[in-house]
Amino acid sequence: MGHRSAGEPWNDPDARPYVELRRVTKKYGEFTAVDDVSLKIYEREIFCLLGASGCGKTTLLRMLGGFEAPTAGRILIDGEDVTDVPPYERPVNMMFQSYALFPHMNVEQNVAFGLKQDRVPKAQIRERVAAMLEMVQLGEYAKRKVGQLSGGQRQRVALARALVKRPKLLLLDEPLGALDKKLREHTQFELIGLQDKLGVTFLVVTHDQEEAMTLASRIGVMERGTIAQAGTPAEIYEYPNSKFVADFIGSVNLFEGRLVEDEPEHVRIASEEIGGTILVGHGISSAPDATLWAALRPEKIAMSLGAPAQTDNVARGVVQDVAYLGDLSIYVVRLPTGKLVRITRPNLARHAEPVERDSEVYLCWDAASPVVVTR
Amino acid sequence: MQGLLRRLERAGVSSRSLVLALPYLWLIAFFVAPFLIVLKISLSHTALAIPPYKPLIEWTSRSVLEIRLDLRNYLAMFSHRLYGDAFLNSLKVAFLSTVFSLAIGYPMAYGIARAGARARGVLLLLVVLPFWTSQLLRIYAWVGLFKANGLINSTLLSLGVIHQPLTLLFTPFAMYVGIVYSYLPYVILPLYANLEKLDWQLVEAAQDLGCRPWQAFYKVTLPLSRNGILAASMLVFIPATGEFVIPTLLGGPNSLMMGRILWDEFFGNRDWPVASAIAIVMLLVLVPCMMAYLSIQSRGSDA
Repeated sequence: MGHRSAGEPWNDPDARPYVELRRVTKKYGEFTAVDDVSLKIYEREIFCLLGASGCGKTTLLRMLGGFEAPTAGRILIDGEDVTDVPPYERPVNMMFQSYALFPHMNVEQNVAFGLKQDRVPKAQIRERVAAMLEMVQLGEYAKRKVGQLSGGQRQRVALARALVKRPKLLLLDEPLGALDKKLREHTQFELIGLQDKLGVTFLVVTHDQEEAMTLASRIGVMERGTIAQAGTPAEIYEYPNSKFVADFIGSVNLFEGRLVEDEPEHVRIASEEIGGTILVGHGISSAPDATLWAALRPEKIAMSLGAPAQTDNVARGVVQDVAYLGDLSIYVVRLPTGKLVRITRPNLARHAEPVERDSEVYLCWDAASPVVVTR
Repeated sequence: MQGLLRRLERAGVSSRSLVLALPYLWLIAFFVAPFLIVLKISLSHTALAIPPYKPLIEWTSRSVLEIRLDLRNYLAMFSHRLYGDAFLNSLKVAFLSTVFSLAIGYPMAYGIARAGARARGVLLLLVVLPFWTSQLLRIYAWVGLFKANGLINSTLLSLGVIHQPLTLLFTPFAMYVGIVYSYLPYVILPLYANLEKLDWQLVEAAQDLGCRPWQAFYKVTLPLSRNGILAASMLVFIPATGEFVIPTLLGGPNSLMMGRILWDEFFGNRDWPVASAIAIVMLLVLVPCMMAYLSIQSRGSDA
């Protein structure tokens, strides 16, 4: 995908950030909605702010749009400090969650609104609006009233209206939230294609992790007004830096324990929850007596009826629940300690070896699979 | 009851048409019938009698049915400049009152709609509160304020701003103050109901697309509150055209308004036919206004 081919500017210390938040805080009375957030977003990125409702992601978006003023901190766009610039003078456009299409105008008038406001010559407006509507496949709908459109069409009008002004940064508030699942998947790829074609930097706010994973060049997971972790979808998924992130993206099994073997190349964690130790194939930095958690993704645990060859990272249990989802099945295995472990297995063959409820099974995983988090 | 309904149904009268008949009966009894009575009186000949007009339809002695339509009542309105002037003046006063009421009421409704949920209830209550006392009483209160030795004059005199009492009472100014004050709730409430439903994200979207706040207001808020403005205008314009009490008490003897003339013809001259003719002509002017309003509103809701 195009937006990922530009390299990884976030790993290049000399790269110039396109959008920069410097220690931005927003308080409403006693409540801190956004707490000392610093963030760099690079040109042509699709950056997703992901978090549950009330985590501050929308407030952050609204501060970038100019609708809220930060209590402290600065906001820079393309090197220019825009902290005190009102929304109508920012080189930023926003696609609202409700789309906020003007009901007293037709599709064409909605899209032309921003250009008219900027006093773009009439002929040019006509040309740009027509080209934009063509790009979002709404050419035939130019004269339609907004009320006569379907949800997907309204979404595309909103997108066209925001993009036609060629903003430096496009803010998208839950852009696919109001669409049904099939349309959402289709639209995700359309969005990426459009972004690639126009070269606009996107900042997307969403609570849907699947949406974030598909769209984003990088994801910022937000928790209580702070960015808990920022990284590529793969980094966030494979190397979460906290229980919160591990649990928020996908599902995860967390085993609480203590460090019993601390080598530069590997560590061993004793966990009462698993009734044994977990071998982790990489070193970590942690205080010796601190409580740790080994995070293990459900798809990284193998399950078998017979004993596996390896001796480390093996556990036994009884299958308590099986959920068949078609492409994969979810198993819930109860360990002798009472801990429930979640395992997913793709249904590769149509008539695979059946693992039924109440079967006694062995669980095992590779030493490279667990991630150790300290908070 | 059940049996009656069933029998009606068999006769081709469904219970649905019975329900629909109720509002029609109401309108016929309390709108169409009085209108026809007024129309009839307006075409009758004045007489010194009780009631003070002659019957329209009469059996004469030679067993002939005589129908006499006296159009002089209507012609009188064209022969005396007084009526035409009063008519135009009424329309002018109603129009200006509507404009002033909107100019004051719109910002108030806007402010209430944008206020916090708790403040909103209090503010709305304050708007409606004056209704709890009689309108006549409130107009007399204005008389007390505007009098030569009233509160406004005595305050200004004691502050040394003026040395002679201002003539406030019985001026057009006092009359407009009274009308605007009385009808302000009728402007604020429909506008509030309209603005309260407005999606403020539309205003933000307009700003996002380059509108300064006042441009966003002009291009989004104002067009979207059109129906509220129309409703508010009608609620002021129509009753203000026939307003009688306020022009009399605050505007004084020189405020020539249709409502005033109607009152004088009816109670002073006891000329019911002319008074009725005036009422009919006023209706003929106001009904098209009303219909224009309804058609604009229904066109708006198509959008």
